[in-house]
Amino acid sequence: MKVVVVDYGAGNLHSVSRAVVNAGTRPLVTSNPSYLDDAEAVIVPGVGAAADTMSNLRASGFVEPIHDYISSGRPFLGVCMGQQALFEVSEEGGEHECLGILPGRVVRFANGLKVPHMGWNQVRIVKQHPIFEGVGDGSYFYFVHSYYPRPADPEIVIGETEYGVNFASVIARDNIVATQFHPEKSGEAGLRMYANFLKIATTAGVS
Amino acid sequence: MLTKRIIPCFDVADGRVVKGIRFLNLRDAGDPVELARAYNDEGADELVFLDIRASPERRDTAIDMVQRIANEVFIPFTVGGGIRSPEDVRQMLESGADKVAINTAAVENADLVREAAERFGSQCIVVAIDAKGSAAGGWQVHTYGGVGGGTPVEIDAVEWAGRCAEAGAGEILITCMDADGTQEGYDLELTRAVSEAVQVPVIASGGAGKPEHMYEAFVNGKADAALAASIFHFGTHRIRDVKQYLAERDIPVRL
Repeated sequence: MKVVVVDYGAGNLHSVSRAVVNAGTRPLVTSNPSYLDDAEAVIVPGVGAAADTMSNLRASGFVEPIHDYISSGRPFLGVCMGQQALFEVSEEGGEHECLGILPGRVVRFANGLKVPHMGWNQVRIVKQHPIFEGVGDGSYFYFVHSYYPRPADPEIVIGETEYGVNFASVIARDNIVATQFHPEKSGEAGLRMYANFLKIATTAGVS
Repeated sequence: MLTKRIIPCFDVADGRVVKGIRFLNLRDAGDPVELARAYNDEGADELVFLDIRASPERRDTAIDMVQRIANEVFIPFTVGGGIRSPEDVRQMLESGADKVAINTAAVENADLVREAAERFGSQCIVVAIDAKGSAAGGWQVHTYGGVGGGTPVEIDAVEWAGRCAEAGAGEILITCMDADGTQEGYDLELTRAVSEAVQVPVIASGGAGKPEHMYEAFVNGKADAALAASIFHFGTHRIRDVKQYLAERDIPVRL
């Protein structure tokens, strides 16, 4: 199976790639957008700031290919900034236009709690999804972020986490799954989600 | 609920863990990868590796070690020791470290924390502060903490923590040098003063000897995470037992 990890010059590619290897497939980590053409699964990881993520995605020519890829219905996984980038606008450092694939905004925690939200927190499963197979309700995942997505459509929220507010920590729509936490840094439960994503991709490829 | 983190810390030199690890049933107690795995199984929330003999000549060994850990360990880990430039930060992150700890270089190069945070994001920049109580009251920052008791500098530790957070540090690791190694408990006053001075998470360090000390660090010190070495390495307490102790006292922990 052709699994592509998008390298747009930011972040935790190494750990994402190792988690995919751990799940049984060697991914192609690439900064060449043309590899998305025949990819069977695409992962967009990310750490850092929204403005940088978007300018890097633009500079490396990934914006249109990601749109095309997602429109094609093939399985997509966004992690952390890779989740936030899917929305319309991020308020991080002003107002930044994002990919606009999912309606909604990315906003800052404004609850008097420490920012970044850093460490292990629980995910409450609000809607069952194959990505959660074998993952218990209330499992702990590793978070590090100061902003969180506020989807316009609450129906796409499949996992929620509480940090002063209840926010969308896992979202899913059609062929898209995205997490605000880092499954590649979340021990067994996180590795399980990578395995589940590859299983989703395998099934999608068969049908 | 966001949990309080328990973080074992390892001293490494030339890619090997150098402090005695007594309790674990390991083939090779000096192998950082094997130790990382064992502590992960024990329920560690994160790991910190401090290169106590870091130098440019030994850089390759350190990078090799970071790569090996990253290949096998699926929880966050921080690497510190000898991080002096954004280039050093980049090398460690690209090798697979999740965060780097900057200590002496942050004091000596006023722009380093800001530059590193802007380039790589605050989430991966930990500023480590070694502090000692001063006769005049308060706590004084010390650089070169690993060398003969460190070198005092004319900076107040609490104020310094605030400045680092403002410059972009995503986390403050505060070590009380007076308490370090005593196993008599964290300096709660210092921990609390730093926690109240910054908006970013604070890791208490220095002095952990029993589970009560971690409890105190969270409740009285208002810390977000507690770092410890000897208490775990010498087998006095297991991580899981410490977490159980905390959970029974209503401290949120990942069990």
